[in-house]
Amino acid sequence: MSGYAVQVDGAQAYVGNGSSGAVADAPAVVFIHGAGLDHTVWALPARHFARKGLRVVAPDLPGHGRSSAPANGAPALASVGEMAAWIAKLLDALGIATAAVVGHSMGSLVAWRFACDHSKRCRALALLGTSMPMPVTDLLLDAAHDNHHAAIDMANAWSHSAPGALGANDNPGVWMLAAGERLLERSGPGVFHADLSACNGFRADEGEVTCPALVIAGNEDRMTPAKAGLDVASHLPDARVVRLDCGHAMLNERPNEVLDALIGIVD
Amino acid sequence: MAEREHRGPRPTGFDTLSLHAGQRPDAATGARATPIYQSASFVFPDTDFAVGLFNIERAGHVYSRLSNPTNAVLEERISALEGGVGAIATASGQAAMHLAVATIAGAGDHIVASRSLYGGTHNLLEYTLPRFGIETTFVDPRSPEAFEAAIRDNTKLLFGEILGNPGLEVLDVPRIAEVAHGARVPLLVDSTFATPWLCKPIALGADIVIHSATKFLSGHGIVIGGLVVDGGTFDWERAEGAGDGEEGLARFPTLTEAYEGFHDLVFAEEFGPQAFVTRARREGMRDFGACMAPTTAFHILQGLETLPLRMARHVENARQVVHFLAEHEAVASVSYPELPDHPDHELAARLLPKGAGAVFGFELKGGREAGRTFIESLSLFSHLANVGDAKSLVIHPASTTHHRMDAKALAAAGIGEGLVRLSIGLEDPRDLIDDLGRALRRASRPPRGGSS
Repeated sequence: MSGYAVQVDGAQAYVGNGSSGAVADAPAVVFIHGAGLDHTVWALPARHFARKGLRVVAPDLPGHGRSSAPANGAPALASVGEMAAWIAKLLDALGIATAAVVGHSMGSLVAWRFACDHSKRCRALALLGTSMPMPVTDLLLDAAHDNHHAAIDMANAWSHSAPGALGANDNPGVWMLAAGERLLERSGPGVFHADLSACNGFRADEGEVTCPALVIAGNEDRMTPAKAGLDVASHLPDARVVRLDCGHAMLNERPNEVLDALIGIVD
Repeated sequence: MAEREHRGPRPTGFDTLSLHAGQRPDAATGARATPIYQSASFVFPDTDFAVGLFNIERAGHVYSRLSNPTNAVLEERISALEGGVGAIATASGQAAMHLAVATIAGAGDHIVASRSLYGGTHNLLEYTLPRFGIETTFVDPRSPEAFEAAIRDNTKLLFGEILGNPGLEVLDVPRIAEVAHGARVPLLVDSTFATPWLCKPIALGADIVIHSATKFLSGHGIVIGGLVVDGGTFDWERAEGAGDGEEGLARFPTLTEAYEGFHDLVFAEEFGPQAFVTRARREGMRDFGACMAPTTAFHILQGLETLPLRMARHVENARQVVHFLAEHEAVASVSYPELPDHPDHELAARLLPKGAGAVFGFELKGGREAGRTFIESLSLFSHLANVGDAKSLVIHPASTTHHRMDAKALAAAGIGEGLVRLSIGLEDPRDLIDDLGRALRRASRPPRGGSS
């Protein structure tokens, strides 16, 4: 089976599992997607770790993909802290005590927050395309606030390296710019803006990570520059850094290299 | 997210994408041109990577029936030009049509199609697919209402050609997409005659685009090939619940239900906007196997590099020939959407502002006999069954591409028995007009009843 629904915080959540048939007590790995996106960005690594026997938990955050909006009526959760708390509740609902936690972009902030607030539950942490803080330009925030397509165009363009903007994807026949655009277009009104605002409002002022960590930085990342990722890594006690020649959309631009890096820490 | 307006970085231009999309200089050799990867298979770095490729965990190539690095450049490039999430190169345009249909529809399903279609497509829908349980209702391409009225609970696809063959009816893609989506059905458009330089159907509302890449995309008339482009726009899961008139039956089970042939993978759940193109490759290329040869992909890529330049010249030449014929006394009528008396004149101006292509038909005074004399009197134009070549072409549809259609079906498709179809090439337009003028004079001469 490809996924299932579960109730979290009074609303229905969808969890992708990479077509896993893993048993309930198998080691778990949580994949947390970025702003305006959903679990499908993790399709390849989710399928890999599912085959390896891990219990893959790739949720759509509230208001994203197949998950219902939060019970309070907002389009999405308003802060990174709320998202991290939601991940903890999701794991409670699934009966999962500890997990490796992997996040991309906004998801990396959620993963970090979860690792700080629930250190005993986080056996490993992987942060892809990360930056703390993660400021978002007003130009992008304003367009997202207006639910204007320009927000998608900006995010999509800035998420790819200059060579990446011309494609040459390792995944045969996939034009990643349109793939990214279509996924963001499926995002409901207000969701992208809520996510970007959560990124913009994030502050890494309290918290400590104690588990082994991985930071993957794109050398041509224009959203979260590699330098910012290295700075995050320098504040982690036990972090390995992998630098890739790609932009922010590293799961599209370098799918095999990202998976190679994750293999060392997730399983 | 309704309006389109770019406030951020300017998107890469069409001409640049025609040359570069999908390819970087070869990492191993530095080759600037796209290498022809003439290899059936590709070595696995290790066994786990091999399993990963088969299980869609890894990006890469296994076997050239499924994917090939040269083909992948072509697939990415056409996706970039059409604005789709991905594409698949196929053995022919017919194979592209079959792959698109077979990925969505099966026995017991139904298609609503324009009745003004390429003869080969008409054969597939009218005679062959019914043997496999897929029925098609043909409707007037100018009537969105007719498309709507023909939709049934088991309809899986609406289909039309952007420019009907050979009547050049302009498909009102935005309106018919509205009809399709209102019924929670995707719209498939054959955009062979337009190419993405003249029209991008996905931006207008189509969900899947197919091409015969044999035509303008390659431009040289040297290869047979097809392309299927997935717009990634259709939400297969949200379309559930509308189909088959029975509660609980999925409308698009190939995309929304577990596929036993791939370890219960549910394509729409795991691949989202890329569900269709992923299923088409993982099932359609695996099982039907109508793949493109890498050398063919290379030739089509050479053509695509100059698509913007060629299409501009094709259209400009076509306009000059159209005006010459429209004013010629031996010509009864010319059907070209840019002419004011064409029924789709306004629609063409809206959907095809750069031009209505370079293929069109005209009726000679003097009917079938004059048509034969005319064709046989041409010297620059080649009489053959193809369009979209760099060289100008001519054909008589009633006796060739559409010969399986009876008089009634021909009339319904808007094809007169004396209709001559031209595909205008890249020659000096004055030479084309001279050639046509000579042939028209001969065709309009009264019979002399003896030697010439």
